[in-house]
Amino acid sequence: MLRVFRNRPKFATVKVNKEQPKKGLPDNLWKRCDQCASMIYNKELAKTLNVCSECGYHFRISAKERLGLMVDEGSFEPFVPLVSKNPLNFPGYEAKIEKAREETGLDDAIIIGTAKINGFSTVIGIIDFSFMGGSMGSVVGEQLTRGFEYAIEHQLPVVTFSGGGGGARMHEGIFSLMQMAKTSQARGKHHRAGLLYISVLTHPTMGGIYASFASLGDIIIAEPGALIGFAGPRIVEETTRQKLPTGFQTAEFALENGMLDLIVNRSEMKDYIGRLLTYHARDEVV
Amino acid sequence: MSSSFEWEKPLIELEERIKELKDFIVEQNIDFSAELGELERKADELRKSIYERLTPWQRVLMARHPKRPTTLDYIKMLFDDFIELKGDRTYRDDKAIVGGIGIFNGEPVTVVGHQKGRDTKENIARNFGLPHPEGYRKALRLMKQAEKFGRPIITLIDVVGAYPGIEAEQRGQGLVIAECIEQMSFLRVPILCVITGEGGSGGALAIGVGDRVLMLEHAWYSVISPEMCANILWKDSSRASESASLLKLTPTDLMKFKMIDDVVTEPLGGAHRDHEVTAAQLRASMKRHLAILKKIPIEQLVEQRLERYRQIGHFQEKIITETLSNINNFNDIDSELDCEVDEANE
Ligand SMILES: [Zn+2]
Repeated sequence: MLRVFRNRPKFATVKVNKEQPKKGLPDNLWKRCDQCASMIYNKELAKTLNVCSECGYHFRISAKERLGLMVDEGSFEPFVPLVSKNPLNFPGYEAKIEKAREETGLDDAIIIGTAKINGFSTVIGIIDFSFMGGSMGSVVGEQLTRGFEYAIEHQLPVVTFSGGGGGARMHEGIFSLMQMAKTSQARGKHHRAGLLYISVLTHPTMGGIYASFASLGDIIIAEPGALIGFAGPRIVEETTRQKLPTGFQTAEFALENGMLDLIVNRSEMKDYIGRLLTYHARDEVV
Repeated sequence: MSSSFEWEKPLIELEERIKELKDFIVEQNIDFSAELGELERKADELRKSIYERLTPWQRVLMARHPKRPTTLDYIKMLFDDFIELKGDRTYRDDKAIVGGIGIFNGEPVTVVGHQKGRDTKENIARNFGLPHPEGYRKALRLMKQAEKFGRPIITLIDVVGAYPGIEAEQRGQGLVIAECIEQMSFLRVPILCVITGEGGSGGALAIGVGDRVLMLEHAWYSVISPEMCANILWKDSSRASESASLLKLTPTDLMKFKMIDDVVTEPLGGAHRDHEVTAAQLRASMKRHLAILKKIPIEQLVEQRLERYRQIGHFQEKIITETLSNINNFNDIDSELDCEVDEANE
């Protein structure tokens, strides 16, 4: 299940030369678009929120960057940080986590806490792909569960960005599988308390994350081009021995098949979510 | 596919010799009872030494034995007057999941389970037991029907995974699994889940959330199949025997982790060797657990069910001291559980 999230959406795969940028275009100044192969000035990318100005391709961004785009400045209050254990004594798991921590500066694959979005108090959880593929183990499961529980207690909406949801974290075996039940139940209680959950699927939302909390939003939004699905495209291809249709498992494919409410560009995401929060605002909140 | 395993070969040969000797005794009417007794004693020893030391991977293979009882076999043996109910009322009837109403221990219950085929033809009709979204929608429909009429639910789990197909994705495989998991969690009737063979990931959990989870001795349950795990770890699915050990997917492991409530003993050599004996063992365990569940008031039962899953996970709170933010300083908040796991892994 895990290997899928290294694939890009088929529709976005354009064969490009693997050559390094020519001399005079150092890596740290330019980035090549994965979709149209344009060379884009990094300063330009920063302005466009990491969206290709030529073709609209949404580059993956870190949870921290996402948080910066989504919440009102200075309003984020993180939950108590949790760190993973190794319940199966899976060889190399601790080292993998340690490496991911060093590389990302995160404790696990999620940033979560309370924040204001256009003035509305929410619980916001953002999964980070760069931490072990954004897979859900005990820490991600527990943090999301605490998020929904906090939201019930304080009558708050929840917003999650499940981008980087590579699915379940294999190294935690059955414990990771059960996080699907745990998070779904926490959302189930939140749902039964009459509270709003907006689930945003960003590239890529697959496997155990897609097949649990991320699919249980009152409103499900996706970023353009995000890979969304249960089984990875390679596994589907190998199992069925069929050529995958153009755009298979992209956000656009999911929308077409009735699995999404809407696709929203990164630049408009905060505005859309803010408006949706307005529509669901309760008098006592705000 | 041969119906015996490589590691059983010496035993199978010995069993054949015993059978030949018995036939010979009958034909010739000669008393070879001493020789026969000796051979049978040897066979018993061999059986024990082979089957009591199965590796996790051998158990996975046992769980996939082509003659292992399927859901419909168990239904025939465990439930009286079963009536199969079909379809998801939306798209079509998925034959990889079967369900209906039958009598268990004198009262009507709803049964749903994954269904593999017995031969190639049946396997094609049943998509090798790999369900599409409509299969899970059917299961959910029948479980909600059970809730309406206050019938306990029994699920029989035997799936390597939900079908990874183009149409399955189009029709929302991920969404429907999430929906099943969420809805089952809150159903106001007792739910008894039995992992009879393979418990492969979300496709198993979709009908696997319950008040008690029972597991057959040679069944497996994990987040990923050993082959796919090996593929990720070493890009080599033929090393599944190694990854099977890493995943801690046997009933013994899962009992220690408190993921399951009972291990149902199989006849020596596996359930396929004697369906009736297997079913009798399972029936006894089901009866016992269902009787306990039925005594619990429904509010409390659902609460306990949610609490069961709420507690699953292994993590620590990270201490951030003012002077030193050291990742190695942990405040252990679930030390009790952790000790158990450490013991389990020793
Ligand atoms: Zn581009």
